[in-house]
Amino acid sequence: MAYTSQEILEGLAEIVAEETGLPTDAVVSEKSFTDDLDIDSLSMMTIVTHAEDKFGVRIPDDEVKNLTTVGDAVSYIEGAQAA
Amino acid sequence: MTAAPASRDVVVTGLGATTPLGGDAPSTWAAALAGESGARTLDNDWSEKYGIPVTFAATLKVSPDQVLSRPETKRMDPSTQYAMVAAREAWQDAGAPEVDGERLGAVVSSGIGGIWTTLDGWDTLKERGARRMLPMTVPMLMPNSPAAYVSLEFGAKAGAHALVSACASGAEAIGYGVDMIRAGRADVVVCGGTEATIHPMPIAAFAASRTLSLRNDDPQGASRPYDVDRDGFVIGEGAAIVVLETAEHAAARGARVYAKIAGVGLSSDAYHITSPDPEGTGQVSAMRRALEDAGVTSRDVVHVNAHATSTKVGDLTETASIRTLMGGEADHVRLSATKSMTGHLLGGAGALETLFAVKAVAERLAPPTINVENPDPELQVPLVRDTPEKLPDGDIVALNNSFGFGGHNVALTITNA
Repeated sequence: MAYTSQEILEGLAEIVAEETGLPTDAVVSEKSFTDDLDIDSLSMMTIVTHAEDKFGVRIPDDEVKNLTTVGDAVSYIEGAQAA
Repeated sequence: MTAAPASRDVVVTGLGATTPLGGDAPSTWAAALAGESGARTLDNDWSEKYGIPVTFAATLKVSPDQVLSRPETKRMDPSTQYAMVAAREAWQDAGAPEVDGERLGAVVSSGIGGIWTTLDGWDTLKERGARRMLPMTVPMLMPNSPAAYVSLEFGAKAGAHALVSACASGAEAIGYGVDMIRAGRADVVVCGGTEATIHPMPIAAFAASRTLSLRNDDPQGASRPYDVDRDGFVIGEGAAIVVLETAEHAAARGARVYAKIAGVGLSSDAYHITSPDPEGTGQVSAMRRALEDAGVTSRDVVHVNAHATSTKVGDLTETASIRTLMGGEADHVRLSATKSMTGHLLGGAGALETLFAVKAVAERLAPPTINVENPDPELQVPLVRDTPEKLPDGDIVALNNSFGFGGHNVALTITNA
């Protein structure tokens, strides 16, 4: 069963909120993980680890650097689960 | 009673703690004066599941997740969480001093380190593989993590340190804080100890070394230093932090001063990895050095917070050492074994007991030793039992003793402000 992009966004927002203390509604598609949400590299890898677990996908380290915004991550996860 | 130049005298201006007796320093001290026990039966299946012979411990009264934010508890090992709770309280209690970060130090020790994180990480690896290891695992498990997070919290740039000497760690951290100030490397130091080892593995390991009390049917009566029926220590958890500063710095900002840390005495037994030297040579040396360092003598000592963990051998070695050092003057000492109430906080113990000795001097009140129904006939120093005892007016001197596996001996001399 694949997650919809809305479900992925909501799930990712929960993971980010848990890691950073930000409210889930601050985690929207156009926000940059580093510039807007102030997420450092270790926190980003923590979020990736939890996201892989939650959505049953693999996000290789080489891809993580391309995930600039929340929307990038949602798109990647959506595509990865289809693969 | 003066040794160091007045400007480098080290005073205590802030206290913080989270312990089995209370979620902060005032409630912890109040519970100690009231003779309460922080030991309780563990609410888990560790005993049945793993065959651990001990079913109780002195667990924290207030969980840190009631104080810290969710992201903080997720990225800090419990040992760091406890230290942060205590450090924030101590800092506020000191009046959140304005100090140049280059002149502010952080010294926070743990005897064992981030063992929850270490063991959780190992479980994750075995059960789920390397892809599931959390990236924060290393900064969470490293034993300097509490010191590092405290330095981050307050912007301490004079140095962040984590001295490790088992159950003497917390006292050694405070001693090192004194040294930093005396050496001129800092004006203010946030220092103390923390421990979070109420996990089945360390409990099983301590039980294997036959050092834990097995009084499962009476947890609150289990820690009974100097009672003839004592059978081992009660494992505890928590943290205590003090804010030290130069007397000059404290006076300049009009800070309340609880007491002075006037002397630091260190020694090592070089005798056995776990047993104290039965002659007490190292313990006597540490206490003698602490008194000499403060420029005082045995005659001045009115109170000792004993290391006394409630083990057969250790408790008596300590009082014999006090008698060896002080001779007849030991008759004037009021000895308190506060582990009877708190359990043994391991790396947090020396800091918590220094905090108790500071409060005892500040309030002229020696805390009680509970559960002593039949004092050991070989106890050689007058013991404060059941209710607090008044300490004399005028200039007074107290000692806190902390000894650790490995033969580490730390004594701190505390004098009135």
